[in-house]
Amino acid sequence: MWLQTTWFIIYVVIIGGYVILDGFDLGVGMLSPFIARNDHDRRILLNSIGPVWDGNEVWLVVGGGALFAAFPLVYASLFSGFYTAMMLVLLVLILRTVAIEFRSKREGALWRSTWDWVFTGSSFGITILLGVALGNVIRGVPLDAQGNMNIGLLGLLNPYSLAIAVTAVAMLSLHGAIFLSQKVEGDLLATVRKIIPRLLAAFFIAMTALAAWTAFRDEAFAQNFRDRPWTAIFPILALGAIVFAGAQIRRGRYLTAFVLSATMIILLLGTVAAGTYPVMLRSTTDPAFNQTVQNASAANETLTVMLVIALMGMPFVLLYTAGVYYFFRGKVELDDESY
Amino acid sequence: MTTEMLHRIQFALTVSFHFIFPPMSLGVGLILIIFGVKSVRTNDPKWRQLSTFWVKIYGLIFSMGIATGIVQEFEFGTNWSQYSRFVGNIFGSLLAAEGIFAFMLEGGFLGLMLFGGTRLGNRMWLFATSMVVLGATFSATWIVMANSWMQTPRGFEVKDVGQGPQAFMTSFYDVVFTPSFVVRILHLVAACWMVGASLVMSVGAYYLLKQRHIELAKTMVRVALPLFTVLAILQVAVFGANQATMVAREQPVKLAAMEGLYATTTCAPMYLFGWSDPGSQTTTGLKIPCLLSLLTDKSIDGSVTGLEATPVADQPNVNLVFQVYHLMINLGMLFIAIGALACAMWIWGKRLWDQRWLLRILVATIVLTEVATISGWWTAEFSRQPWIVWEVLRTSDATSPNVSFGQVLFSIIMFVVLYILVFFVFIRLLDRKIKEGPPPPVSEEETSSLPDSFGEIFRKRSRVSSGGD
Ligand code: HDD
Ligand code: HEM
Ligand code: HEM
Repeated sequence: MWLQTTWFIIYVVIIGGYVILDGFDLGVGMLSPFIARNDHDRRILLNSIGPVWDGNEVWLVVGGGALFAAFPLVYASLFSGFYTAMMLVLLVLILRTVAIEFRSKREGALWRSTWDWVFTGSSFGITILLGVALGNVIRGVPLDAQGNMNIGLLGLLNPYSLAIAVTAVAMLSLHGAIFLSQKVEGDLLATVRKIIPRLLAAFFIAMTALAAWTAFRDEAFAQNFRDRPWTAIFPILALGAIVFAGAQIRRGRYLTAFVLSATMIILLLGTVAAGTYPVMLRSTTDPAFNQTVQNASAANETLTVMLVIALMGMPFVLLYTAGVYYFFRGKVELDDESY
Repeated sequence: MTTEMLHRIQFALTVSFHFIFPPMSLGVGLILIIFGVKSVRTNDPKWRQLSTFWVKIYGLIFSMGIATGIVQEFEFGTNWSQYSRFVGNIFGSLLAAEGIFAFMLEGGFLGLMLFGGTRLGNRMWLFATSMVVLGATFSATWIVMANSWMQTPRGFEVKDVGQGPQAFMTSFYDVVFTPSFVVRILHLVAACWMVGASLVMSVGAYYLLKQRHIELAKTMVRVALPLFTVLAILQVAVFGANQATMVAREQPVKLAAMEGLYATTTCAPMYLFGWSDPGSQTTTGLKIPCLLSLLTDKSIDGSVTGLEATPVADQPNVNLVFQVYHLMINLGMLFIAIGALACAMWIWGKRLWDQRWLLRILVATIVLTEVATISGWWTAEFSRQPWIVWEVLRTSDATSPNVSFGQVLFSIIMFVVLYILVFFVFIRLLDRKIKEGPPPPVSEEETSSLPDSFGEIFRKRSRVSSGGD
């Protein structure tokens, strides 16, 4: 059981890594039309994530691979059950990649503004679709005895999941704006600083409403916290992190605020994990069909091999990720190689 | 048209589109390493100029590889959920290892590589490039490992522990080193390097035809042509031949389909081209007698198993396999001829540079190597049918039962429209980049002021004065 639980934790951490890292890329994409006034501004924004966005997106790929390897039954049920939504996720992921790559390759105003809209639209699309997916996972899905389900796109768009999507948009815009405060200068920086408190307020309201909704609506979720009271530290610390981040922003300490925002993201995911564990996919048809870390995981041999692989690989990943971020630290400067 | 067929069409479509790009990434990557090593060794600014030019093209190709690769990673779950449940214990771990070892490495260093031209000295830039290329090669290794397990599965047992039959790993070593893995990865990497070499060669030849950037263009051809020729010979004589021998040993039905061999015979012929008709069980065409026996058995009267040994229901589409297989082989022969001819012209009398007809052929090689590489994969994949995991799981038992016909049709249409659009823009941009040509050279002083060791990188970040626009 400890192997399964370890892999569950690793999985949550990988998803957390993705939301933190690609989260600010998405945030920058969503904010871009609201804060950039001209082509130069847009290029600055694009290049703030230029050298790192690909490495960030890889966390999602690894998340997919890790889910396949560690919890193959969840991977199969979830991905096939959300078929159309998943295809749309692929669509927007592809569109974002090509928008970043294609935009600055030509001068024309129409060319650039087209790809700007694709970039922003796909950033919204990724955030909303993944938010909706998370919402449905928390809420439960109509799994049958074989682990199959088919929820059309409309079935996924229930109010609760949409609320999570809206909160995700607010959260990642905030995260992206705090990230930008490290990367841009001059008027752009002034704009970014001005919107951060507003985004913070919006996110805080959305998050509070969502937390209340979850606590009252979702009996199983709440019951898990009553059964394991110590897990309440996740939401409590998350609240602490966001309040503290607000205080740091008021003092102009944006770097600390960024670290706190990242911490909060992982704590919020921890909250979700604590509220569902050991269930990974809850069946609304019959609790007997629930997919748990126990009954949906790969065999122990596979999990052990994978753990060795992860322990060997992760130190390197962390080392060079940190190295690359350090190298590209500081404000964005445009040159011949920029996007 | 069944839903199963739609799943297969979608997978074939998306993976084949994805596979246009990785061979270019791997091959051009190798050439960038050669440029980088030359640059460090000689300090001649020309090498850095070439690197700067090719890194930009590399970035464009690579981003297409990324965009289309994610689709592949998700599709196992979305379209092949029964397959994913069945092989999760084995296949998933290889895919996850690819993510951790390969994609993280590529993703991490890609930024340094693409933006290194104005920020890094020769040695550090070479280091960043090498890491990306290493990552791409790892990625090819892991994915071919996974695919080889589907071709010649080993190191597992099938059990039902209450969730339907599942494959359980009994030995990780056996899963990794299946009988086909080493043979296939060598053949594949050689193919990818040929694609990269021919891209560089064809751009060089294009400039020579247009009389532009003559010196740089000659250098491109000088680096790429020998590589291309040597690989072409190795591919046919060593790696390709090993492939055929391996398939004959491990999957005789596949070999029989590739050569359209119906009856088990000694002194089996090999076709240069032809047409195979499963209805009348005949194959007609131009053939070399006994060559197949010689190739697979090292003896003229070696016996080769024909398709008759396998029930028709377990046979692949023979003529399709036959055609794509022979396309690859014939192109392989053609590459040797092109390479040898061009090398001969180059070495004797320096006549290569003004032979316009030959330069035109060199321009075309990039299309030909791409076609050969993709037909190679098609051979391996089409001939695996009707199995998804060789003689263990049928393709028809592998699809997602809960996904409807309409849903797959929708996603196929979506991918077709999206891919046509994206490919069109990609080709336009590639064309522009090539027509723009290499940037002006950067002087040695400017390059040497850039940080060129780990220590310097972390102490200060000097850089060439920025150009901007
Ligand atoms: C040459 C061997 C090769 C083959 C057979 C495949 N790929 Fe690939 N793939 C690569 C070689 C590669 C690469 C060279 O590593 C790429 C291309 C450019 C790039 O960014 O990495 C890549 C990109 C790439 C990415 C994006 C990684 C990123 O975000 O950086 C994913 C998720 C996959 N691939 C997954 C797959 C899957 C699931 C395949 C099988 C169906 C597959 N690839 C076939
Ligand atoms: C990148 C080069 C590749 C190409 C061009 C390619 C091509 C194809 C084609 C044409 C098919 C359809 C066969 C048919 O249905 O008749 C197919 C099927 C499939 N391939 Fe590949 N393939 C590639 C790599 C891989 C790799 C690396 C894997 C796994 C690791 C893989 C796994 C599959 C699966 C799961 C199917 C679907 C089931 C089936 O139809 O057999 N492919 N591929
Ligand atoms: C003329 C000599 C060649 C021979 C005898 C040969 C033989 C083979 C065989 C038998 C296969 C199928 C393996 C399987 O089913 O598992 C194969 C696959 C393949 N071939 Fe070739 N080949 C030759 C030349 C080439 C050339 C010139 C290229 C590309 C430039 C190429 C690229 C590929 C690729 C990419 C695959 C699929 C990957 C794999 O299965 O390993 N081949 N080849």
